[in-house]
Amino acid sequence: MTGVLPIALEEATKVIQALLLSGKEYVCVMRLHSQVPEERIKATLDEFCGTIYQRPPVRASVKRRLRTRKIYYLGLLETDGKNVLFRVGCEAGTYVRKLCYDLGEALGCGAHMRELRRTRAGPFLENEGLVTLHDVSYMFTLWQETSDEGLLRKFIYPMEEALRPLPKIYIRDSAVDALCHGAHLAAPGVLSIETGIKPKDAVAVFTQKGEAVSLATALVSTEEILRMDHGLVAKTQRVLMPRGVYPKMWRSGL
Amino acid sequence: MMPRTKAPWEIERRLVVKAEEETDPRFGQKPNERPPQDYIRFGVINLDKPAGPSSHEVTAWVKRLLSLEHAGHGGTLEA
Repeated sequence: MTGVLPIALEEATKVIQALLLSGKEYVCVMRLHSQVPEERIKATLDEFCGTIYQRPPVRASVKRRLRTRKIYYLGLLETDGKNVLFRVGCEAGTYVRKLCYDLGEALGCGAHMRELRRTRAGPFLENEGLVTLHDVSYMFTLWQETSDEGLLRKFIYPMEEALRPLPKIYIRDSAVDALCHGAHLAAPGVLSIETGIKPKDAVAVFTQKGEAVSLATALVSTEEILRMDHGLVAKTQRVLMPRGVYPKMWRSGL
Repeated sequence: MMPRTKAPWEIERRLVVKAEEETDPRFGQKPNERPPQDYIRFGVINLDKPAGPSSHEVTAWVKRLLSLEHAGHGGTLEA
């Protein structure tokens, strides 16, 4: 595989769990074992949109049991003889190699994956700030020589960028350090909140300055959070901000 | 045909205000204003993985290149 591979540095490695769970987009070359009319290929790709069953391939990093994965979109880009180029948007953990095999079975001719390029991983896109190893090495060295901070910003994103697809909750300064110590988020700490949050959804908790504080699981919906004046609204899963950045404004129980 | 599921990046969200309060400029800072060492420590690279080496190997190279203690990748292990 080539293409989008987000790499988290130092403290930012804590956001990896959010990236691993986020959707992916790939461009794939599939090789058919015999030629099939383009119309049939299109129809079969359509059939695989939605929720599919998939058993991970023999060489897989997870247990090989049948599981469901969501295919958000699956579209034909080009055919050339037995080669089929398609673009797929899919849930994390979808095996494109297996998808090709299964498409081949459905088409009746058999098929295998020939080449794969990831064009999206969560918020990170192929055509937005994608850098090569060579770029990284060059710009980092240049930054060390010149101390020009602009160079760092050319190839490194703040970790907050990785959380862009998650619904966000913005909180008061006074609630920040309690969360950094592992406390759960209570209703009075909430200043603003994004729409569409349902119980059990993964959410990101932010300061008003746009700094990520923690990853959490919502306990109630957006509507309920807006109505609540006490009680817990989100359970902290992973603290992202170091302790002590904001002042301690809470009292330990006596 | 099955109903199409929206990709997470296709979901549009609005921000709703519950309460107003100013943030104290003495604490924290906007992510883009972090000093260079912190900017790196809390940073993510959108890397174009070359064909051949594994994601794990490429991550190890970046770690060495930038003299880091920790680095991790956020792709799936193998597609």
